[in-house]
Amino acid sequence: MSWLIVGTIPYEGFPLVEASCALTKDSVRLGDRAVRVVRGTAALAAAACLTVEVLGIQPPTVLLAGDIGRGDGSTSVYRRMVDRVGEVNERLIVFHYLMPDVRWHDRILMALEELAEKPVLVADAGYMYVAKMSGSAPSYDLFTPDAGEIAFLADENAPHPFYTRGFLLQEEERVPELISRAYEHENAARYLLVKGRSDLIASKDGILAEVVEPCVDAMEPIGGTGDSLTGIVAALLAAGKAIPEAAFLAAKTNRLLGSLSNPTPAFSVADLLPALPNALEMALSH
Amino acid sequence: MTFLGRLIERFREVTYSTLRDSRGLSERGILIFQHTSEVIRAESLLKAAGLDVAVKGPPPEVRTGCDLAIEFPIVSELKARRILSDARIRPIMVLPLQDLLLEPVSLFQIKDFGTHLMVRAANMKITVSKDDLEIVNVSGGGCPDVPFLADQLVGRGLYDAPEPRTHGQTLCGYALQLAYEELKRQCPG
Repeated sequence: MSWLIVGTIPYEGFPLVEASCALTKDSVRLGDRAVRVVRGTAALAAAACLTVEVLGIQPPTVLLAGDIGRGDGSTSVYRRMVDRVGEVNERLIVFHYLMPDVRWHDRILMALEELAEKPVLVADAGYMYVAKMSGSAPSYDLFTPDAGEIAFLADENAPHPFYTRGFLLQEEERVPELISRAYEHENAARYLLVKGRSDLIASKDGILAEVVEPCVDAMEPIGGTGDSLTGIVAALLAAGKAIPEAAFLAAKTNRLLGSLSNPTPAFSVADLLPALPNALEMALSH
Repeated sequence: MTFLGRLIERFREVTYSTLRDSRGLSERGILIFQHTSEVIRAESLLKAAGLDVAVKGPPPEVRTGCDLAIEFPIVSELKARRILSDARIRPIMVLPLQDLLLEPVSLFQIKDFGTHLMVRAANMKITVSKDDLEIVNVSGGGCPDVPFLADQLVGRGLYDAPEPRTHGQTLCGYALQLAYEELKRQCPG
């Protein structure tokens, strides 16, 4: 299956690149350019590359540009997406770190919905925010929020997690309630993979599965572990797994990454990724 | 794109926008000022910085002495605040249009890992080593300034690193700033 990752990297002036990705020792190679794996879309792409190797499937194409928060790189990515939708043959698109911009979002979604067969749409990070902000969350197949983000999805009034009302920003025990509220107000994708002390896979019908083991506390502060999870689940979807199964296996694999790497809170996601092939094999063998 | 194509796309945009309006959704914020002269200067500065701004009448519930306000993309609140602050212009209120009663996150989750301390504000987390107060990780968030800010902060001392608001542009950057300030309160230098 042909599939696409869409995002940005935090390098000012890095041009728009659209290329198949491959993983080298500590960087993702996109055509003739290398991007260091620290966190963000590069970490997502790295995790995806490692996962497709194990699964024996085609690596993703990556469409990204440099953006340090000014929105310039995001705009060039958005523009390219609008231009290429007519020629899209990808069956899965993963949207990631992009400056939330409702107008561009709507143009892309409108074009995708016109296709004879709409691709499976996964949104994480800024693109998940804009999908909710635009009122189009149900058009997506999978969101991967963390605890703070599920509170945002649950808050029908919040335009961004920063403005989530305090009564929703409570302990993890309330996550199932927040999931229900997100569905009630149509602010969730068809499926949710909620990252946390336990990972929950949910749909409008309720919690479908919970992954609690292994639990490695030190994973929570490590930047990029959410990105690696999204990369793994996307690759599993590209391999043809159904969304709930892919989400379950990805959550398990990401947790095993932690237990195999024995991290401290000072680890980076790049320190964890070498364990990914083993972690995935273990998850698949269960 | 052909004229007809542009027309169809415009029609669809309006349809989506109407649907958003019918659900009371807005990705915009408003800046309220004391004086009209501040509105005029602020509009020029924000436009020059590339922000999509428009001068409008403020909603009745927040009307002050000045009958003009500036509408802007709420996600860029931190950037807008910095531009105005550099020009010594102080908005008296910054509000999300979707719900004028919403306030910035003020609850913090603090997690002690023994050797490290993590603070979460909304969707952003920052972690320091308790020994030497080195920032060891930044996680969460979804706007593109987050990975950039993380690069600026990780590996530096809590009291030596540039404050997130120095380089941040978005509400994720703003949430990180609040988490960073709370971490400083938790770990006085």
